[in-house]
Amino acid sequence: MSEPFLIGDAMTAGYGKGPDILHDCTIAVNKGEIAVIVGPNGAGKSTAMKATFGMLDMRGGAVRLDGKDITKLSPQDRVIAGMGFVPQNANVFTSLTVQENLEMGAFIRTDDFSDTMTQIYDLFPILKEKRNQEAGELSGGQRQQVAVGRALMTQPKVLLLDEPTAGVSPIVMDELFDRIIEVARTGIPILMVEQNARQALEIADQGYVLVQGRNAFTGTGKDLLNDPEVRKSFLGG
Amino acid sequence: MDFLNAIIAISNYVLVPGIAYGSQLALGALGVTLIYGILRFSNFAHGDTMAFGAMVTILFTWLFQSMGISLGPLPTALLALPFGILGTMALLLLTDRLVYRFYREQKAKPVIFVIVSLGVMFIMNGLVRFIIGPGNQRFADGERFIMSARDFKAMTGLREGLAIKTTQGLTVVTAVIVVIALFWFINRTRTGKSMRAYSDNEDLALLSGINPERVVMYTWMIVAALTTIAGVLYGLDKSFKPFTYFQLLLPIFASAIVGGLGNPLGAIAGGFVIAFSEVTITYAWKKVLVYLMPTNLEPTGLVQLLSTDYKFAVSFVILIVVLLFRPTGLFKGKSV
Repeated sequence: MSEPFLIGDAMTAGYGKGPDILHDCTIAVNKGEIAVIVGPNGAGKSTAMKATFGMLDMRGGAVRLDGKDITKLSPQDRVIAGMGFVPQNANVFTSLTVQENLEMGAFIRTDDFSDTMTQIYDLFPILKEKRNQEAGELSGGQRQQVAVGRALMTQPKVLLLDEPTAGVSPIVMDELFDRIIEVARTGIPILMVEQNARQALEIADQGYVLVQGRNAFTGTGKDLLNDPEVRKSFLGG
Repeated sequence: MDFLNAIIAISNYVLVPGIAYGSQLALGALGVTLIYGILRFSNFAHGDTMAFGAMVTILFTWLFQSMGISLGPLPTALLALPFGILGTMALLLLTDRLVYRFYREQKAKPVIFVIVSLGVMFIMNGLVRFIIGPGNQRFADGERFIMSARDFKAMTGLREGLAIKTTQGLTVVTAVIVVIALFWFINRTRTGKSMRAYSDNEDLALLSGINPERVVMYTWMIVAALTTIAGVLYGLDKSFKPFTYFQLLLPIFASAIVGGLGNPLGAIAGGFVIAFSEVTITYAWKKVLVYLMPTNLEPTGLVQLLSTDYKFAVSFVILIVVLLFRPTGLFKGKSV
């Protein structure tokens, strides 16, 4: 099998001088696919994703984007290299308007980005309607769309989403999942961390179950959903 | 007629000075609020930065005066102002490079920055006194009045005169221009938006590829312009004395906090709230009341709530009341 588009390979990492949180953990996403990281609270899901984005101290393993080793790059340089990251919290500029949020997302671009903005407004019609409103005044689900839209403005080659559906109602959650699938259909590989394991695995091409910073189960979304062990421990039977 | 005289007296002694002083405070508070919002600390060196900017401007004014260059009816200081701004920019960027950057790299807590700025304040304080001396300097020239009290009386036939000093008119006009330019810059330009974004959410700004060092640099440059303009306008209007600029720190901080720290609109509103409170509370209302009250009820005292020596108490009391009951200020600012 060829190398995945983005891979955090056998990562061992922790914050600052603290203990290791990830142990030999591997997560990856292929071109045009959705990969999902699930697992119990404190399993290191978000940490694993942040490690691929360069926000932790790597003590072992490597991160490769499109075959290139980017382990040593800072998060900012990884954005330039083509990674888009949507943090879980504080992922929009609350005092800026929706449109300004998107403009700031495109800050590193020197070319004309109005096409990208039109695409994002097509993808998230509600944002077009509210483009002159402050992002802080929007609902949770709309904010998440702003956050994803901001990350898409750089035209990333891969998108990382940290719990995009945290704290939104089930109806909004369904809508967000639909939007994420739409983004994936535009050809951008998506790696995301999710609390709602079952729903996330349903849309996932590849799934990773982490436990205590280690890979517990890995497989296609469907396989994991059907795996009796995974069902018993993480999906509630 | 008495009623008109009362209105004119209020305008002359309260309204006009209050608007001019309020504009000066607003410009000072804008600088404080920008530093708080973007660099995230309360800059105690602000007053002395104003003094430094005014000093450089004064030195250039003297140079121009000795060369015989003048602006006719307008003060020569206006011509020297751009040089003052450049000098202050150089000082602030140098201070940032030598002092603040070190603490930024350490990710020092805001309280450390405040103490550091206190040290910077003492250095700037000494620098200004060393160069120009601690005494009073007059550098205003050109026409003194837009309208003098005597002209006004002759024009209207009223007993009360309304005087508008050139420096007061200049202060208001300059403040309006500066505020419009500043708001245009932070709301409409890419750099301005990136400054707001950085102020709003530092981590996300980093993720968006906004270079913090650039944002910091632009902030200091804008602050240099604001402090110098505020310092020069204040110096023209009153007079230049290094110590008064140090004392201005309290009303300026009070303005920024009353308006809501980090909120530019609030800084302007706060400046006027503090200025008018100070002026109305320290004004002797006897004259106005004599015009307005029936003959037998005229006050015999001065009806001055507080002696002008205590004017700083006014900012202090307002500051405490705001911090107790509305810590985020009148406008939506960050809580202190």
